[in-house]
Amino acid sequence: MAARTDQLAPLDLIGFDTDFLLGLYRRMVQAREFEEQLYYLFLSRPMPGTMHQATGQEAVAVGVTSALRPDDYVTSTHRGHAHCVAKGVELNPMMAEMFAKRTGSCKGMGGSMHLCDFSRGMLGAFGIVGAGIPIAAGAALSALVRGSGQVAVSFFGDGATNEGVFHEALNMASLWKLPVIFVCENNQYALSMTVSESSAVPDIAKRGAAYAIPGVQVDGNNVIEVLKAAQAAVERARAGAGPTLLECITYRIRGHARFEASHYRDPAEVEQWKQLDPITRLGDALLADGRVQPDALEQVRNEVKADLEAAIAFAESSPDVEPDEYLQYIFDEEPAHA
Amino acid sequence: MREMSMMAAIREAIVQEMQADPRVILLGEDVGKFGGAFHVTHGLLEEFGARRVWDTPISEAGFMGLGLGAALTGLRPIVELQYADFIFCAMDQVVNEAAKIRLMSGGQASVPLVIRAPQGATGRGAQHSQSVEAYFMHTPGMKVVLPSNPYDAKGLLTAAMRDNNPVLFLEHKMLYGSASPGGGKAVSDPTIGRFGMDVPEASYMIPLGKGAVVRNGKHATVVATGVMVHRALAAAEQLAAEGIEIEVIDPRTLAPLDADLILSSVQKTHRAVVVTEDARRAGVGAELMAVIAGEGFDDLDAPVIRVCADDAPIPFAPAAQDRVIPNLNDILAAVRRVTSDE
Ligand SMILES: Cc1ncc(C[n+]2csc(CCOP(=O)(O)OP(=O)(O)O)c2C)c(N)n1
Ligand SMILES: [Mg+2]
Repeated sequence: MAARTDQLAPLDLIGFDTDFLLGLYRRMVQAREFEEQLYYLFLSRPMPGTMHQATGQEAVAVGVTSALRPDDYVTSTHRGHAHCVAKGVELNPMMAEMFAKRTGSCKGMGGSMHLCDFSRGMLGAFGIVGAGIPIAAGAALSALVRGSGQVAVSFFGDGATNEGVFHEALNMASLWKLPVIFVCENNQYALSMTVSESSAVPDIAKRGAAYAIPGVQVDGNNVIEVLKAAQAAVERARAGAGPTLLECITYRIRGHARFEASHYRDPAEVEQWKQLDPITRLGDALLADGRVQPDALEQVRNEVKADLEAAIAFAESSPDVEPDEYLQYIFDEEPAHA
Repeated sequence: MREMSMMAAIREAIVQEMQADPRVILLGEDVGKFGGAFHVTHGLLEEFGARRVWDTPISEAGFMGLGLGAALTGLRPIVELQYADFIFCAMDQVVNEAAKIRLMSGGQASVPLVIRAPQGATGRGAQHSQSVEAYFMHTPGMKVVLPSNPYDAKGLLTAAMRDNNPVLFLEHKMLYGSASPGGGKAVSDPTIGRFGMDVPEASYMIPLGKGAVVRNGKHATVVATGVMVHRALAAAEQLAAEGIEIEVIDPRTLAPLDADLILSSVQKTHRAVVVTEDARRAGVGAELMAVIAGEGFDDLDAPVIRVCADDAPIPFAPAAQDRVIPNLNDILAAVRRVTSDE
């Protein structure tokens, strides 16, 4: 899919206060900078494992989670750093996990593809494509049974919608009106495969119709549009009206994974999408509205850079995992009750 | 000497069989345009066209079933999984359908289906590191192949492609000797040796169910699979300096298993260590021990020792992963122990 620069609406900031908008901006910059720092770390030194960058897709993570309560749930994917940052997972333990340190969010046991923080409702990134979709529906079922009023969000890629679990989860979620929001990050590619090469119905939002779920398609690089659509979906879910399938059209600016060169796509296409950068678009809208001066945005970016330098220093100075530490994490032997 | 990486040897086997037999087709994620997650199938779409090389959606259960359906009706599909870990998404089609349909149909069905899957621990966390062979060794109706070197890989894959039964062909990522996904460097490990790299150009078969003695010895038999064959050979070098000569056996296929080869070696050495990368409990090591202890009991001078992965999901931190996966020292210690009362 080509970038549709001409069709894109400018960001409509009316009704949102400036501090809130600057908060969105900060979160997106944090997500971006977290991965950009990692990109250079992977280039410049031996780092454990691999990573998948969501550069250019930050508005989806931040827009959706900004419609959530802190105790709402999220499931994520192999491309999950931005979801974690957006859900409020702290940068220090996230970075330490990338370094496989004991102070990492998962004690060095999970790594990039399994980042999670249950205290923030972040139930995990899953390295198995599609795996998080029914798990989010299950968290929603749990919220329903417990009457907690929580909702669950599943983030997943366009490619994941061709896994059976996507269809099975959507059906049950609709049947039982589960408070879940299915958020498809349509970044146009599943590794080398375009959406139209792999999906008979390339408009993923339309797939909701098969399960009587409203399908909504938004400009995923417009954080305000994402946020508004997510707010409507969350309201619907909390009201007991059931799930929404929210398709966010976006683009993966970097390669599929660390060092993947994306020879299968036209560099001009990437350049075109860079013009639609979600962070720049929010920043420009804030400036155009006269809400802030350029130095305010620069200050946010500098603060985030400093936060990340601190996170890297924290990770570097953290203790390594001892070889047999994993033994404590295999089973939970506490009985539910005596 | 025609030196070749295992990745290149596997590719050559596929190309030659596709040239020789128009019924052979490929199905899998990114196998065409991209050339495969580990670049094994690069250039095949260009050479054989889109009727024979199918870039599938991310639908493992679906395309495994398609592969089976095509196998039942005149084609000889090779289904590639990007990582062996993803075979669990397709488990039903493999275990309940592919492996059982011949018997259920009273012998009407033949299932010429090869499932290729890269596996093994390479620092990518619990969902991209597993060794899955035991699940399928345990599945009646399946054949399971786990080559340790390029020469064997080519011959075994050729045999697998000509076999009329479902064959799971497991490729250890550390043995590819080539780029990893995204063009990263080959995974390097000093215990991985360079044997079996002389690969004949003409197509050849190594029969499924025939193991190999990769090093002769007399003090103990070490049965090892995949990467562990290399670690066993590295151990053999060190042990030889101590005066312990081990015989290293690579079964090459786990199902069917060349029990005769293993037992005849134990008859000579009277001691055995089995080394596998899959988890210990109810794993391949347990089966190898059962064969040796059950059928070779009278030959044994010491209890069989198994060296396997610990019973844990593979942790991300390299130090912890390395503790879970058997290493050179684990093998050395086991051999010293099994030979210690000599
Ligand atoms: C079950 C399963 N199959 C295949 C893979 C390998 N894989 C990892 S990411 C990916 C592409 C996913 O595409 P999409 O869902 O669009 O997410 P994106 O990478 O674009 O964020 C593939 C094929 C996997 N991790 N899990
Ligand atoms: Mg995608």
